[in-house]
Amino acid sequence: MHVAYFTERPYRWVPEDDVIRNKAFFGLSNALFDHVRGAEDYNYYLDEYVRAEELGFDGVALNEHHGNPFCMGNVMNVEAAILARITERVKIILIGNPLPVIKHPLRMAEELATIDLISRGRLVAGWVRGAGSEQFFNNANPAYNREMFEEAYEFIQMAWTRPGPWRYEGKHFHYRHVNPWALPYQKPVPPTMIPGVLSPETVRWAAAKALPYIGLGTSLGPTADLWDIYADVAAENGYQAGSENFGYLIPTFVADTDEKAQELGKGFIYGGGQTVFSRPEHTLPPGYNSKDAIRRLSKQPGGSWLGVNRNKLMQAATDDNAPIDYEAVRARAEGQLRKSQRNYLTLLGSPDTIIEKVKTMISVLRPGTFVFFGPQGPVPNEDRMRNLELLGKYVMPEIKAYAKELGLNSPFEARPGENKLRDGATRTSVVDRSGMPNIEG
Amino acid sequence: MLHDELGYPGWMSWNDRLAQHHELIVPMQPGYGQTPRVDWIRSYRDLAGFYARMLREQGWAGCPVIGFSAGAFIAAEMAAACPDLFSRMVLVGPLGLRPTEGEIFDFLAVTIRTHVAATVSNVDAPEFGRIYGGDMTPEQFEAFEDARAETARIGWEPFMFNDSLAHHLQGVGDLPALLVRGTADLIAPRGCISAYESAIPNHTVVEIPGAGHRPEIEDPDAFLAAVTNFLGV
Repeated sequence: MHVAYFTERPYRWVPEDDVIRNKAFFGLSNALFDHVRGAEDYNYYLDEYVRAEELGFDGVALNEHHGNPFCMGNVMNVEAAILARITERVKIILIGNPLPVIKHPLRMAEELATIDLISRGRLVAGWVRGAGSEQFFNNANPAYNREMFEEAYEFIQMAWTRPGPWRYEGKHFHYRHVNPWALPYQKPVPPTMIPGVLSPETVRWAAAKALPYIGLGTSLGPTADLWDIYADVAAENGYQAGSENFGYLIPTFVADTDEKAQELGKGFIYGGGQTVFSRPEHTLPPGYNSKDAIRRLSKQPGGSWLGVNRNKLMQAATDDNAPIDYEAVRARAEGQLRKSQRNYLTLLGSPDTIIEKVKTMISVLRPGTFVFFGPQGPVPNEDRMRNLELLGKYVMPEIKAYAKELGLNSPFEARPGENKLRDGATRTSVVDRSGMPNIEG
Repeated sequence: MLHDELGYPGWMSWNDRLAQHHELIVPMQPGYGQTPRVDWIRSYRDLAGFYARMLREQGWAGCPVIGFSAGAFIAAEMAAACPDLFSRMVLVGPLGLRPTEGEIFDFLAVTIRTHVAATVSNVDAPEFGRIYGGDMTPEQFEAFEDARAETARIGWEPFMFNDSLAHHLQGVGDLPALLVRGTADLIAPRGCISAYESAIPNHTVVEIPGAGHRPEIEDPDAFLAAVTNFLGV
């Protein structure tokens, strides 16, 4: 198993009441940004990743969001380039580059090849469509999001493998002279992981290309269902999916005691946490979802996608002048955090507590990659570092040993898509629901 | 009649009254309702070319046109390319030109309900309630999402205007144009009308006091009076 560490690199100094008042992190005024604190944070997070390598993690994972203090990885490739130089062993996993909002796949191909070269082959390229709010920030047309994602992906693969110069006239991208001189260190292309929040379209797309899929803190039951879909598509494409095709990421905070972890773990719901990443109108801009997805949403008023459902989209504008009971909002979020823990969506506790829960999860989902999503909110550096140390020294070895017992290979141990199915052979199971814990509705 | 970016909501009272003296043709924009999306149409100018061909092939060229909001954008693009397509042109709350002042409301950055509510100044207007009131059905939700998705696809950037349109419109000659605006329009600022006033030589402006972006359903009497006076009955 490949075990990686990830953090959103939050800006930790936003007053919580401002987030609650705005009902989202996205859209908060950057007048709240303090450049000195921001500089400290950026440097600290790089140090944290270096420490993760020292503690034995196999990989460090970065992501990218824009205009949002929830995640300060605005230009992830810059951070990745620095890590390429200041780390020596870990994989640098990008989960992922939002191709449709960057809108320049040739430049992306050059940037990533540079990172792969400087790191001498440690880049794991990951691709995402970009959250809904990124469409607004980057003025990327949401109605072309998936088309641009797929075209940019295919273009980058060509730019990395087809000797130039050549000309490209696509639908959304046009280049007169494709001939990048920075080409990846890893041949033919760097390994890839596709992170997602259970969009069936993305799961099918990844499966058809045998690209490992990483569930980003998604519910166990639906994740298992989607991995079955992945495995079905894999079988249609002639291969047996295995643990090398699946990864899982989960918010985790480890402290020396359960009590301390519960207290500091509240950073995950700071301001409302991930559920208020952006307002519904920014999370699902018109055209961002497929017609099928909209049809599903229209018929399931209670069902949700990224915390957004039909009822929320039908709501009128947020009344910014309405009185807010801040304590009630915090109490509600704490209730959600408790439920989230019972449902294996957030892990808080001492190493022993965490180990048992992770074992349960990987026995069901059988991933070959497991990513610990580090603290959110205003958690001090020393507590963040202690979390990392406890994960690295106590949790990770146990998890790796258990994964070995289960025979869970990472994509670096077994190449995704290479386990071919004979004609007419049926696929074997990729999940084990026998150990599925009770999940609250 | 060219409907707006939310789609044609069905027969309205002003349709009924105008249809007593005129044949009313209401094409459904591709991508709306049951009409499939036309993939190669990627801008309002593309769409205008599509409609212009339809008009010629159906033998309707030379008819008057009433365009609402994005529908007015389409009509203006059609007239700019070929002024003979229309005998007269009514542009209601027209988008399509960069406003001389103010900004076109970013209705794609709000929820559907907020968008719909922002189109009128008075949500208690009887016809608005009849068309859009009550709980939104799944079918309405889906239709609105389809409409907004298609609007995003062809109008995202620059948002609902085309800088070259103003120059092309200077070539429409003496094509008569009626510019209609509700004085409480939250979608298209007064600067949209001013931009059209500068671009179209032979224009008349009618402002309907108190109405928002949908004067035809907020104040159908005043709207119809302006239109029939302009078209002649």
